Parts: sequence; C-alpha cells; structure tokens
Amino acid sequence: MLRQIEGSRAVAETVACCRPEVVCAYPISPQTHIIEAVGAMVKSGALSPCEFINVESEFAAMSVSIGASAAGARAYTATASQGLLFMMEAVYNASGLGLPIVMTLANRTIGGPINIWNDHSDAMSVRDTGWIQLFAETNQEAVDLHVQAFVIAERLSLPVMVCMDGFILTHAIEGIDVPEQDAVDAFLPPFEPRQVLDPDDPVSIGAMVGPEAFEEVRYLAYVRQLEALDLIPAVAADFARGFGRSSGGLVRSYRTEDADTVVVALGSVLGTIKDAVDARRDAGERVGVVGITTFRPFPVQAVANALAGAQRVVVVEKAFSVGFGGVLSTDVALATQRSESSLYTVVAGLGGRPITRRHLETMLAAAGEDQLEVLTFLDLDTGVVEREQARMAAATTRPGPTAEFVLRDLALRQNGEVEP
Amino acid sequence: MFQIRIHGRGGQGVVTAAEVLSMAAFDGGRHAQAFPSFGSERMGAPVVAFCRIDERPIRTREPVMEPDALIVQDITLIHQVDLLAGLAPEAYVLLNTSKPLDALGLGDLSRRFQSDRLCTCPATEFALDQTGRPMPNAALVAGFAALTGQISLTAVEKALRQRFAGPIGERNVAAANAAFRHVTRSLAPRDPATRPVPTQAHAAAD
Repeated sequence: MLRQIEGSRAVAETVACCRPEVVCAYPISPQTHIIEAVGAMVKSGALSPCEFINVESEFAAMSVSIGASAAGARAYTATASQGLLFMMEAVYNASGLGLPIVMTLANRTIGGPINIWNDHSDAMSVRDTGWIQLFAETNQEAVDLHVQAFVIAERLSLPVMVCMDGFILTHAIEGIDVPEQDAVDAFLPPFEPRQVLDPDDPVSIGAMVGPEAFEEVRYLAYVRQLEALDLIPAVAADFARGFGRSSGGLVRSYRTEDADTVVVALGSVLGTIKDAVDARRDAGERVGVVGITTFRPFPVQAVANALAGAQRVVVVEKAFSVGFGGVLSTDVALATQRSESSLYTVVAGLGGRPITRRHLETMLAAAGEDQLEVLTFLDLDTGVVEREQARMAAATTRPGPTAEFVLRDLALRQNGEVEP
Repeated sequence: MFQIRIHGRGGQGVVTAAEVLSMAAFDGGRHAQAFPSFGSERMGAPVVAFCRIDERPIRTREPVMEPDALIVQDITLIHQVDLLAGLAPEAYVLLNTSKPLDALGLGDLSRRFQSDRLCTCPATEFALDQTGRPMPNAALVAGFAALTGQISLTAVEKALRQRFAGPIGERNVAAANAAFRHVTRSLAPRDPATRPVPTQAHAAAD
C-alpha cells in the first residue's frame, strides 16, 4: 500500500515481510532507525518467528549472522561506515563461506576526519569482498531491492548488500509502496540452504584451504558472482510481474538515446541528476544519464552497451581513491575501453556536501564544451584549500592538524573576523 | 513545486512538523518529500527540516535553498541562524510568537514580506493550553495550512491522528484548530481579497 513513510521504516517493514529468522545488528547512524524498527517488530511479535540478538559490536553482528546463516536461518543485518569497517574480517568470511546473508548498508562516509554524513566511501571499501552490491536510487527501490536481495542471495548462496544513501534516503519521508506480506511470500520462497550445520547430519564449514586449492576455491566464487549478472535481471523481471513496478536490474538509462554526454552515477543522486539532465535538454543539449544499480558484480557488458553511443561520459561519484581518483570511473573506463579524453570523473557529495542541480548543470555545461578537468572535485572551495596549503608551507615547525585549521579558517570568515 | 523550510530547536518536533506536513500533502493527493537537515541533533541545538510538495513525483535530493515558505518554531533563533536565507519577497513566513513583530525588534519583516503572507502565531501557547507540553509543531502546521492553502486543515487533523495515537492525537488536533483559527483571523481583516482561498475542507472545519 502506498503510504507517506520514512525510508528506514519502509525498509524495516519490508525486511520483516521477508521473514528473517535471525536479525543481529549494532546501532550506528544512519542505519539505526531501520534496526530499531525491526527490533520493535520482533519484540511485539509482529515479526515471528525471529530472534533479534543484541551484541556488543558490528564484528559480533556479522559473526552471529554468519553462524545463523550456516545453521540454516535466514539472516539479516544492517550497518554503515565505521561499523562496516569494524565487521570487515567477518564481511569477507560471509562471502567466502557462501552464506546468503542480506545486509543494508546505509551509506555514510568513513573518517577521519570523523563525519556522520553520506557518501559512498563505505560501500567502495568492500567492493572486493565478494558481496553482491545493489544501489537504490529511491526509497521505493530500496524497499524493492531488499525483497529481491533475499531471492538473489539464496539462489546463489552469496551475501547481498543493499546500499541506500544514509540520511538522504534513510531519513526521508515520502510516498512508498511497502510490499504486502502475501506478495512477498509469493515471490520469496522459504530459505533452502545449500549448506547447513545440522547435528543430525554433521558437516564442517570453513575448512582451511592451502595453496593447493585456494585459487580454485576463489575462482569458483568469481564464477558464481558472475552468475548474478544473469540472475539479477531475471529476478527484477519477476519482481516487475509480481509487483507491477520495475526496480533493480543491472543498469538503467534515462534520455540517453541520441545523447552526446552521458552521466553515470550510483544511488539517490540520480534523482537530482535527472532534473539537471531535463534542464540541459530544455536548453538544447543532448545529455542523458545511466544509473548503475548492480555495482558488484560489475555489469561490464550492460554498461558498455548503455554508453555505446556517447561521445563523452561523466562519472559522478561520492567516493574516491586517495592517490588515484575515481573508483566507479575506473570500472566504467575498463568496461567501455574509453580514452581518457572522453571520460571525466567528478567527485561530489563527500561527507554529506549537498549535490545541487545548479552545480551539476554548470558541470554539464563545462563537460559539453570539453572544458572539464579529467578529475574534478565538484563545488571545491579552492580558497580554503589554498589558504591551508599556504599556512602549511609557511610553518617552520609543527604546522598542526589540517582539519582543525580548515574549520577555524571557515569560522573566522563566517564571523567576519577576516575578509571572506 | 512548493518548498518549505522549518527552523526550530532539538526537542521541539521540527522533523515531526515536516513529516506531518508531508503526510497532509500526501493525503491531498500530491507528492511530498520531508527530510531533516542531517546533523548531530541534541536538545536545544538549532534544527532544520524541509518539505517539498508537487503534483509530479519529486526526484531531487538537494536541500531546500530557496523556500516558498518558512516556519520558525523558535523565534530566539533569529539571533543565531540566518533564518531568512534564500527567501524571496513573496515567500510565506509563519513565526511562532505571542508578541508583535515590533516588540521583537523584527519590524523590518513587515516591510520585507507581503502582509498577507507574513503571520505570527502563539503556537507554543496553543500547545500548552491543549496538550500541556510546549511543542508548537502541530499548531504551526495548521497555521501553515491557513496561511498558504497548500494543505487542508482536515488533512492536517488526519495526519496528526495518524502520527499521534489516541488522546495525544486529539489534543494536538485541538491545538491545530486553535492555530488555524488564529491565522485565518489575523489574515482576514487586513486584505480579504488576497487571502488564500479556503478549500471546502477549510471552510467546513472553520
């Protein structure tokens, strides 16, 4: 039923409809509302049978999820940012063991400097862990992807991470069609584990594998991830038939037919980009956008097809590899075999910096004239940067911490104590 | 698209005000998006929340920078926050206070904004009278309905009952009605011609 509801609440209700049997999580902003709501549903009996296990850390949350999944229970957890890093060792183990855990990642940056706001640094830090990573553009898609995630995870026996922008989606209240229990039951069959720890039929899971077979076991994991590239669109098509709306899949294009310039992005910023694309189209520019829903496994062929007609590609990403540049754009470059001159990386929205339509339009106009730097930091305050660089260069001894001086510089200017 | 920015302090239900406002707009068959400014919220600290209302699905995720309407839950913020940032002269402004603007040193506002779009409302008093708690949000959302005509009082009442179950919902509905009447009356004598046309729902509830 379509309701005006908070994104986190909608995800929690949807997860409950997926009938997880064990939920184990540790609270961290901006994931907290999801876990609180699921916990309340377990306590009230609205979600039953289900055990909500309180633990002391994210490391324990993922470890308990691994144990629950290996024992044959449908397991769900959620985290963000430093919480994801704290569970990192277990994140690798969940995929290495082939356990179909579903986890919501309420995307938030990673410190330092400490910052609770949204970007995709956390998701990018786990792109090589062997988890399937799906990105939601809207809260409706976040909800729908969770239902699909359980199906994908259990069919492949691989863990799936649903990435949704922290705060921007998790804390937004909007019209969301939360799936009904009957519809979810018809779509998501009961969990049939491929491997299970059963005292009546004992096996061991998690053997030590030496050099004689490690490469082969990892190769098999690679092949199984690639199977997801066929399964994900099939599940999305099934979902569209069952629920009457399309969500998920590998990539989605918007106004790309005849487009000279195509933007590529992940997650909720696609909404603002579509508004910017419409505005540039109204001004006569041929621009479009491709949203990547499935980031891991990376849909090389689908991305190449979606960008085949573009003269230039602009990858807008909320994360970057310090010391190199774009993360997503590297994948896009490889998928499309593009030369550097036709592929731009725009790093934007770091640590919660708003990405505005105005900034995007200015950037698109520059891209259309090939006036964009190959690596651009959107809305970067070069004055702040240059003053701090000058201060560091001028310091004779112990220049001190950069973050503190940048904040002090901003505060002084805001208070009018120095010329802006 | 109609965009609203709500200022208040942590603990005053600023985010809930945006939520209720969006629920009322949704009830009116429109698309609505409510969201807080994301910060480390604490009691008493300045808090901002936003709401967008449109006939079409809302795709943008940028903050509201040029609101069509401003709601101020705590007038003491005027000395701390740039409350009027991005407001055009034709914007609606609803301030929670029982004092005249001149007494607050805010006489300039009546020159900056249109008289039929600038209004004060003693929302905290209405809330204290009806609920016993100084939470001005429900009253201000109803005041916003009266000031702008963007949402109906009936939809606000429904949203409040949905958001606050039982007697608390009813008390908030009573505070909302008091505020709706206050804003309607305070706008009426000045220039009835430019007053927002009440919808049927407004008229029935009045």
